[in-house]
Amino acid sequence: MDNVTGERLKVKRDSSWILDNIVTIIFVVFIVFGFIVSRGVSVNFFLNELTSRIFRNSFLVLSLIIPVLAGLGLNFGIVIGAMAGQIAIAIVRYFGLGGMSNLLLCFAIAFPFAALFGYFAGLLYNKTRGQEMIAGLIVGYFANGIYQFLFLFTVGKIIKVNPTHPMINPSGIGIRMTVDLVPVAEGGLKYALDNIAKIPFMWAVLIVAVSILALIIVKNLKSKNTKKDLMFFVNIALCILMIGISVFAIATNNSLMLVNEVPVVTALLIVALCVFNELIIKTKLGQDFRSVGQNQHIAEVQGINVDRTRIIATIMSTVLAAWGQIIFLQNMGTLNTYNAHTQIGMFSVASLLVGGASTSKANIKHAMIGTILFNAMFIMSPEIGQAMFGNALLGEYFRTFMVYGVIGLALGLYVWRQNKKLVNKLDE
Amino acid sequence: MSDNLLNIKNVSKEYYGNKVLKNINIELKKGEIHALIGENGAGKSTLMNILFGMPVIHSTGGFEGKIEIEDKEVNIKTPHEAMDYGIGMVHQEFMLIPGFTIAENIKLNREITNPNIVSKVFGKRYETLDYKKMNEDARKALDTLDMDIDEFTTVAGLPIGHMQFIEIAREIDKTGIKILVFDEPTAVLAESEAKNLLKAMKKLASTGIGIIFISHRLDEIIDVADKVTVLRDGEHVATKDIKDTSAIEIAQLMIGRKVSIDRSESAERKTTDETILSIKDLHVAMPGERVMGIDLEVKKGEILGIGGLAGQGKLGIANGLMGIYPAKGEIIFNGNKLELNNPKGSIKAGIGFVSEDRKGIGLLLEESIELNIAFTAMQINNEFLTDLGLLKLKNSGKIRKHALEMIKDLDIRCTSPSQKTGRLSGGNQQKVCVARALTQNPILLFVSEPTRGIDIGAKKLVLDLLLQLNQEYGMTVIMTSSELAELRSICDKIAIICEGKVEGILSPLASDAEFGLMMSGSSKLADERSGS
Repeated sequence: MDNVTGERLKVKRDSSWILDNIVTIIFVVFIVFGFIVSRGVSVNFFLNELTSRIFRNSFLVLSLIIPVLAGLGLNFGIVIGAMAGQIAIAIVRYFGLGGMSNLLLCFAIAFPFAALFGYFAGLLYNKTRGQEMIAGLIVGYFANGIYQFLFLFTVGKIIKVNPTHPMINPSGIGIRMTVDLVPVAEGGLKYALDNIAKIPFMWAVLIVAVSILALIIVKNLKSKNTKKDLMFFVNIALCILMIGISVFAIATNNSLMLVNEVPVVTALLIVALCVFNELIIKTKLGQDFRSVGQNQHIAEVQGINVDRTRIIATIMSTVLAAWGQIIFLQNMGTLNTYNAHTQIGMFSVASLLVGGASTSKANIKHAMIGTILFNAMFIMSPEIGQAMFGNALLGEYFRTFMVYGVIGLALGLYVWRQNKKLVNKLDE
Repeated sequence: MSDNLLNIKNVSKEYYGNKVLKNINIELKKGEIHALIGENGAGKSTLMNILFGMPVIHSTGGFEGKIEIEDKEVNIKTPHEAMDYGIGMVHQEFMLIPGFTIAENIKLNREITNPNIVSKVFGKRYETLDYKKMNEDARKALDTLDMDIDEFTTVAGLPIGHMQFIEIAREIDKTGIKILVFDEPTAVLAESEAKNLLKAMKKLASTGIGIIFISHRLDEIIDVADKVTVLRDGEHVATKDIKDTSAIEIAQLMIGRKVSIDRSESAERKTTDETILSIKDLHVAMPGERVMGIDLEVKKGEILGIGGLAGQGKLGIANGLMGIYPAKGEIIFNGNKLELNNPKGSIKAGIGFVSEDRKGIGLLLEESIELNIAFTAMQINNEFLTDLGLLKLKNSGKIRKHALEMIKDLDIRCTSPSQKTGRLSGGNQQKVCVARALTQNPILLFVSEPTRGIDIGAKKLVLDLLLQLNQEYGMTVIMTSSELAELRSICDKIAIICEGKVEGILSPLASDAEFGLMMSGSSKLADERSGS
C-alpha cells in the first residue's frame, strides 16, 4: 500500500484565534476598561463580590455541559430544574426544617421532581429536533405558569396549609413573594452548606493554583506529545504568579487577607461536579452522548438508541440544575418565590458562552472562565455607569444588553462559522 | 450442500403496488467478489436494504423470496440481526464521526468497557471505556489493511481515501464477519486511492470473506470482480463470469433500451454557432452533488441535456449558476460576466430555473397558482406592481390576467387561478414552475429533473412543452435529468457528468454502450472501441 502512508495532514484552520474567542475577549476588555475608568472600585470589594457570586453560580453553569455534549445545544430548560429545587426548598421550609441534614433532604426531594421534569423536557426535545434551544426557552415560560398556579393558588386552596405560617400569604392562599430561609444558626437553611467550613480567600487561591499547576504537569507528563505549545508555558507562569501572590499575601498578612472567607464544602461540590462531568465522558454513556451529539444519523445506524440517550442527558442536566439552584438559594438566604428561577437559564447560558463555548462545544474550562468573566461584568457594569455617566442605573441596563448581546453574538458567530466552512470546502 | 455463503433466491419487492424488484437471484461464494451494477433506480439499494433488514422494508410489507446464509434460510428483521449474521456494509457516504479518533470510530457503539463502582449500581452503560484495548483492536484491524496511520488521530481532516479504509477496518473488526457489502466505495476516491482500495478488497476476499461490490465503474469491476450481476428497472438482466464478458457488454446490458425513443427529428432546428453560455472551471459545493471543475459551452437556441448517475454532480451545475449553493468559476452569459453566489443577479441576467426540488424551493405550496406564477417577476423585476411611491402594492388584476394566459398556454389543469399549488398534481405543479420561469422572460432556461414524480402521460406533455418553447421562442434550454430516455428524446446534444466533471458530450443518437460507458466514467474504453 504505497500511497496510504502515515502522513498526517494538518487539519485546516477555519478561522483565526481572535475570531474563535471574540466573545471572551470582549468581556476581558470590558472588565479591564471598567477598572480603568472607575477608580472607586477597591480590589477587595471586587473580589468579595466575585467569589460569592462564583460559588453561587458555578454549579448551575456546569449543569449545562452534558446537553451540549449530547448535541442538544444550550439547555435553556434548566429553569424547570431550578423550579424543582425551589419546590424542594419550599417543602422543607414549610415544616421548619433546617441545617445541613435537611439541606440534603432538599437535594433528595428535588431529585424525583427534576428527573420527571427533565424526562418530559427530553421527550419534547426529541420532537423538536434542531430547535431544542427555543423549545427549552418556551418550556421554561410554560412551566413558570404551572409553577405560579401551584404556588399562588393550589397551596392553600387545594393543599391544606396552616394559614398563619410565615411562608403563607396573610389571606391563607399562596406562598409569599419572598420567603426567609433563616440563617442556619437559627435552625434554617441560609448558609447551611457554606458555613460548614471556611478558609481565607488567599489560602483558597493558593490551593487552587497549586492543584491546577499539578494537573497541568501531570497531564503533560502523561501525554506522549513532547512538543509543548505556548499556552502550556503561559498557564504554568500564571499558576506560579498566583502562588507567588497568595504566598506573599499570607506571609505579609496584607489587605488581600481581608477578603471574605470562602466556603469549602460548596467548593468541593463544584469540584465534584467537574470531576463527574469529566468521568462521565469516559464511560460508555458519555461516549454515546458524544456520538449522538456529533451525528445522530451515524449513531442511529450503529445501533445507539438516540432518543433515549438524549432524554438521559436532559434528565441529568435538569437534576443538576435543581441542585445548583438549592446551592444558589442557601447562599442568597431568601427565596424569591416567583423570580429566583426566571433568569437563571439566560444567565447560565450567557456565562457558558462567555467562556468560549458554543452550541456544539463546551467543557469545564469554558464554564469556569465564563462564570468568572460574566460575574465580573455584572459587578463592573454599575461602576462603569456611575463613572462614565454619573448614573449606576445605566450600568444596570447595560448588563441586560450584555447578557442578551452575548447570547446573540455567540449564536450568530457559530452559524457564520458553519457557513464559512461550507464555502471553504470549495477550495479543497 | 454447496459452498455458497449467501443465496438470494427469487427475491421480489413491492412498494405500494409498484414492483421495484422482480425475481432476483444472486449467489455468493466464499472469497468471491461479486459485482452488482445498474442505473439509478435499478433496485440495488432496495436489494441491500432487504439484505440488511432495514425498517423501510418491513414497514412496507416485507418482501417475497428467500435469503440463505450458508444454506440456512434466515429472516433478517433489523440491521442489528444482519450484523449478528456476519453481514457488514461499507457505506458510500461515510458513517464516521469527524470529531472522534480512528479507534473511537472503529469501535463506535462496540466500545470495550471496564466495570467501576458506579456501573455496579447503575448498570453497564456507566462502565469506563478501556481506551488502551480499543486502540489495540483498532491497530489490529488497521494492520490487516496495511494502514500505518496512528489509531489515535482524529478523523476530521484525514484524506477521503483514509476514511474509506477506516470504514472497512470497522467492519473487519467485528467478529465473525462473513459477507461485506461495498456500496460504491470508489465513487469519492481519487484514482490511486481507489487502486489501494481494490487491492485491499482482493486481500479481504482471499481470507474467505464474500464481497458484494456495488459500483458503476466498469473498469474496476473488470479488474477485481469474479462475477457481475446486472440489474435494470428492478429486473435481473444477467449474471456473468467476468472472464466471459467485457465492459462494453456490461454497459449495453445496463442501459438497455427501455423506451423506444420517439424522436421527431425536424430539419428546421434553429441552433446557431453563437455561444450564449460559457462555463469555465465551475465548482459547486452542493452536498451530494458536488461539481468539481466543469467546462461547458452552450449555443444559442439549442436544447442541451445534462445526464449522468445520481451523486455525480449533474444537479449541482444549475444550482450553482443560480446561486443556490456556494459556487466559484468563470461564467460568461450572453456576453457578460455572470456574478456567482447571487441568485438575484442570475435571474436578472435572464436565466430561468425550474428546480428539481419542486416542493422545496420550486413552489410556495400554500399559495395560489397565480401568485406562484408572478412571484419571481414581482420580486426581481418589479412587475405586476402598482407603484405608489413609498410603497408598492401588488396589482391583482394584472396578475390574474397573466395567470389566465399562462394557464391557457401551458394547459395547466386547475379549478381556478386561486387554487393552491399544493393541491395540484405533479405534472401541473411542474407546469406552474415552468410558467413562473417563463414570466421572467428568460433568455436561457434551466430545467432540472422536469419529469420526476410525474406520471407517464404528463411526462410527455412537459417534454413537449420544453420543445415547443425552444422551437417557437428560440429559448435556449438546459435540461438536467436522470432519465436518459427523455434526454435523448428532445436534446440536441447530451453532456454526461461523471465525478463532478464533464465526461463527454454525445449525440442523442449515440449507442447504449457509449452512454453506459460514459456514465460509468469509462470513456477511455469507448475511445479504444471506436479506435479499433
